[in-house]
Amino acid sequence: MPTAVSIRSVHKHFGELHALNDISLDVPQGSFFGLLGPNGAGKSTLINIMSGLMKADAGTVSVMGHDVASAYRQARHALGVVPQELVYDPFFTVREVLRLQSGYFGHGPENQPWIDELIETLSLADKADANLHDLSGGMKRRVLIAQALVHKPDVVVLDEPTAGVDVELRQALWQFTRRLHADGRTIVLTTHYLEEAEALCEEIAILNRGQVVAQESKTALLARCPYRTLRLTLAQSDYHLPESLQALVTEAEDNCLSLRLHKIDHHIGDVLKALQTAGIEVTDLRTEESGLEEVFLELTADLPAETTCS
Amino acid sequence: MNAASLRGVYTLFAKEVWRFMKVFVQTILTPVVTALLYLLVFGQALEGNIEVYEGVAYSAFLIPGLMMMSIIQNAFANSSSSLIQSKMMGNLVFVLLSPISSLGFFIAFTAAAVVRGVLVALAVYLVAILFVDLPLEAGWAVLVFAVLGSATLGVLGLIAGVWAEKFDQLAGFQNFFILPLSFLSGVFYSIHSLPGIWQTVSQFNPFFYLIDGFRYGFFGQSDADPMLSLSVTLVFLLGLSAVALLMLHKGYKIRE
Repeated sequence: MPTAVSIRSVHKHFGELHALNDISLDVPQGSFFGLLGPNGAGKSTLINIMSGLMKADAGTVSVMGHDVASAYRQARHALGVVPQELVYDPFFTVREVLRLQSGYFGHGPENQPWIDELIETLSLADKADANLHDLSGGMKRRVLIAQALVHKPDVVVLDEPTAGVDVELRQALWQFTRRLHADGRTIVLTTHYLEEAEALCEEIAILNRGQVVAQESKTALLARCPYRTLRLTLAQSDYHLPESLQALVTEAEDNCLSLRLHKIDHHIGDVLKALQTAGIEVTDLRTEESGLEEVFLELTADLPAETTCS
Repeated sequence: MNAASLRGVYTLFAKEVWRFMKVFVQTILTPVVTALLYLLVFGQALEGNIEVYEGVAYSAFLIPGLMMMSIIQNAFANSSSSLIQSKMMGNLVFVLLSPISSLGFFIAFTAAAVVRGVLVALAVYLVAILFVDLPLEAGWAVLVFAVLGSATLGVLGLIAGVWAEKFDQLAGFQNFFILPLSFLSGVFYSIHSLPGIWQTVSQFNPFFYLIDGFRYGFFGQSDADPMLSLSVTLVFLLGLSAVALLMLHKGYKIRE
């Protein structure tokens, strides 16, 4: 698959801190790509280098085949960035900032229908002539998205777009980014909400301490964790577990019991049978598949083995 | 630059002009009132006591100085305040994410500063000539020094705006550098009226040549040769432009 963003051996230092250490990544064209990592992992630094807001100490980055340093004009035309912070120009209205942003990219009145469409699609019509200073945080976030899209970029980077937004807006933003993706755009999403990445992204890269610790499809990443959790409600709170199950217990409180089962080695039927043999009656049960969070924790933190996938 | 690039630069220029026009009371009207107050106070106090050039009333002598002082302060304020505000608010990112080049950025900010400088000077002129007879001996010099003075201070404002990390630093630059140099450049007097050492010191003040050359345009006489004033101004402008372009090209403090 052709590459939308190619990052090769990028290094960046901030004084003593080696913020990006030999990062190489490929974002396939048309993909919904998640860039995950804990705070300070280097996600925003990488995005800043990609968008030309920062210069790499070494290495190359290209967007749609255009080097962000030597062919910055073409690279920036191909890229739309929604910044993490709610930044805005307090002198202008929504419509004015969109016209200005469109003009910076060399567009004139011919782009007005697209600006109108963005205003409509992002539900900004009521506030189109309001000063940005007077908008709520959610509306300002929508304006940031419209500004990133005003020049019709092939690649859209959303740097934690749902941080601090309410559930309704989060759902609207998810729906909108899915639509952008369906229209053929490449989406690069950074987020702290792992369920968001799990719901939206096809490809995921995880950064930790300035290094890529994983880059694969979501399915492959999730398959790294072969465990599931079995949550049981028992008829009694006073019981004695068979020895074979004791090692699997991750949580036990009153009559609630959680067991961590290997998807291949441990069968739920065997567990229930062992409980029945021990005279323990089960009144309710449910299973929870392991998610991206467990894989993420394993790849980014030094945690005890029982909380990770290893 | 192709047509799209030019449109990008023009849009940034238009935005900078639009920005100061949205607050014209602060950016145009206030400096005009300030200049006229100076004219009223100093003109009334010293009229009849001082004759700097033969046959030129002190109030008339004062007007070109006040016009150029307005140009100096407002052209500097235009680019510096816009940049520091954009940096502090974070909205400079919208320009930095666009394909506008360092040169385009430089041209747009400088040209907007020229528009503001010339507009304020023109407004001071139009109001002042209602009360004072002011000759116009060499219109070309008035125009050239107004544009070059605005451009020079616009570029200096750009450098200060890029360099400053907070409003306090910019205020320091303005109060300890721009303001003394503009007051000590012959706005209110001819440097020939100064003691010898201060005449020599004044000759190292580039703002003196801006005011002196500009004043030549009105009266056809000046403290220094207008060609020398033009040369010094051009060298100063080119030197500052080289510094500003280098800073922008390197991304000094804005792409770090």
